[in-house]
Amino acid sequence: MAKAHSPLLRTFGKRWLKPLTLAVLLAPLVYLCADWISAVNGGPHDLGFNPIQTTHHFLGETAIRVLLATLAVSPLRDITGWAPLALVRRRIGLAAFFYALLHLLVYVGLDLQWSMPDLIKDVVKRTYITFGMAALVLMLPLALTSTNGMIRRLGHKTWDRVHWLIFPLAILALIHHFFAEKGLQPGPVIHAAILILLLGWRLARWGLARLRPEPVAAS
Amino acid sequence: MEFRRNPDYEDLQGEVTPESLFLDRRRMMTAAGVLGAGSILGALPACSEPQQATAVAPGAKPAAGTHPAPGASLTAKKTSYAVADQLASEDAVTGYNNFYEFGTDKSDPARYADKMTVSPWSISVEGETDKPGAYGVKDLVDYAKLEERVYRHRCVEAWSMVVPWVGVPMADVIAKLKPKATAKFVQFETYLNRKEMPGVRLPVLSWPYVEGLRMDEAMNELAFMAVGVYGKALPKQNGAPIRTVLPWKYGFKATKSIVKIRFMEKQPATAWNKAGANEYGFYSNVNPDVDHPRWSQSSERVIGGKGFNERRKTDMFNGYSAQVSKLYAGMDLKKNF
Repeated sequence: MAKAHSPLLRTFGKRWLKPLTLAVLLAPLVYLCADWISAVNGGPHDLGFNPIQTTHHFLGETAIRVLLATLAVSPLRDITGWAPLALVRRRIGLAAFFYALLHLLVYVGLDLQWSMPDLIKDVVKRTYITFGMAALVLMLPLALTSTNGMIRRLGHKTWDRVHWLIFPLAILALIHHFFAEKGLQPGPVIHAAILILLLGWRLARWGLARLRPEPVAAS
Repeated sequence: MEFRRNPDYEDLQGEVTPESLFLDRRRMMTAAGVLGAGSILGALPACSEPQQATAVAPGAKPAAGTHPAPGASLTAKKTSYAVADQLASEDAVTGYNNFYEFGTDKSDPARYADKMTVSPWSISVEGETDKPGAYGVKDLVDYAKLEERVYRHRCVEAWSMVVPWVGVPMADVIAKLKPKATAKFVQFETYLNRKEMPGVRLPVLSWPYVEGLRMDEAMNELAFMAVGVYGKALPKQNGAPIRTVLPWKYGFKATKSIVKIRFMEKQPATAWNKAGANEYGFYSNVNPDVDHPRWSQSSERVIGGKGFNERRKTDMFNGYSAQVSKLYAGMDLKKNF
């Protein structure tokens, strides 16, 4: 399936894709920090009148969007045939974990004031928080096994099996967002539509591959 | 209709448009929109209800029945209904709003409410009443008797603000509308206009927004009809020209930009209850012991103060037990949430 690409694109893939992706992934955090620095110094900011909640929601939504971006990498690579895309999948996935972790920290630290009993109560009692926590906990093995060393140690098969967890955890994360909002809000619905598209694409490919006769058998 | 409340009434008698014509004109103006209204106003200056400066003939004087435009300064006497805590900043009160007709983000109402036509304004009074009909804001609210009440506003989303409302007791308004003895409930309905309200394109709630109260709740001393906030006529995002304020209930029980008041024998349907009956009950009294199914109601974040939103413990009935707990004597408030 290797396609010929222009030398310019090849250079871009080799030299610029990774740093550029990193910059895009860090942009929301930089924006948020700049807002807080301005707010603390009495300057203009976009944090609104409930800065903690704004921060909390912003980090959560960013985590979900970056998670969806992670899931979009493979379909995009398959459609475009541009292999370098696979090089940035890990950093996108790690960024999703990173934003989800910050989202949790803001909630536990700024909202619950580090009260562990309150946290346990919330996780047990509030279904949407249970779902969100489950999603984050499932991200942990993925983040920990993301290094080259771990891939080698686990072997591709086991590693693939572990990282298959991204599908259920993405669904959990979206359910979490859906029920965190009051009423039927557009954000979670749009995210759900994207996730259905991304999972549907994989399901369709998998289905087609099973229907089609094996190339080896055909020859 | 009670035009008599207007002090200018006697002077204007000679030139006042007959009521039937006035009501027709009001309908026509609503249909024709503000621009169309300009020409009609020219023909009937005595009763003009200009909304925007551009629609007013040069030199035309606001005539009988015109309620103050959003932001116009109001005179109100101070009352003992005053929470001692620090007021939320005016920016927060007018910039952090839930008015889903304009969008679900807290900043959407301030951003989009500008397009809403708030004058002329007609409130349809229906149902179990001896005085059904179309009323103007000034027919319901005596602007000479405005009072200021500093209430704590507690949102079901677990935040609160201390807000200086300007208006009149709801009981005074209801007295003018002469509900029949059969009226056990009152329902309020919010203005709905697809062109002026971008939020109603999405089915977040079933529009129009409706809310309701038991009659004895509506007649309680705390129930308030606000036409202003911070000493000025209500900004559009806060529910201009007239809204309810019910400080012992979660904020969504209040109705903004009221166009209909209906007296009913049976408990009316309410917007959030229709959207989620297990989460938003008919009563929705502030109660720290009854959690929202998805979050705790035991504390609230204070909005619009100095610093970054400290939390305070939520009080039963939002701190208004003395005035309202008698309304619910003997009721299981966990069941009737």
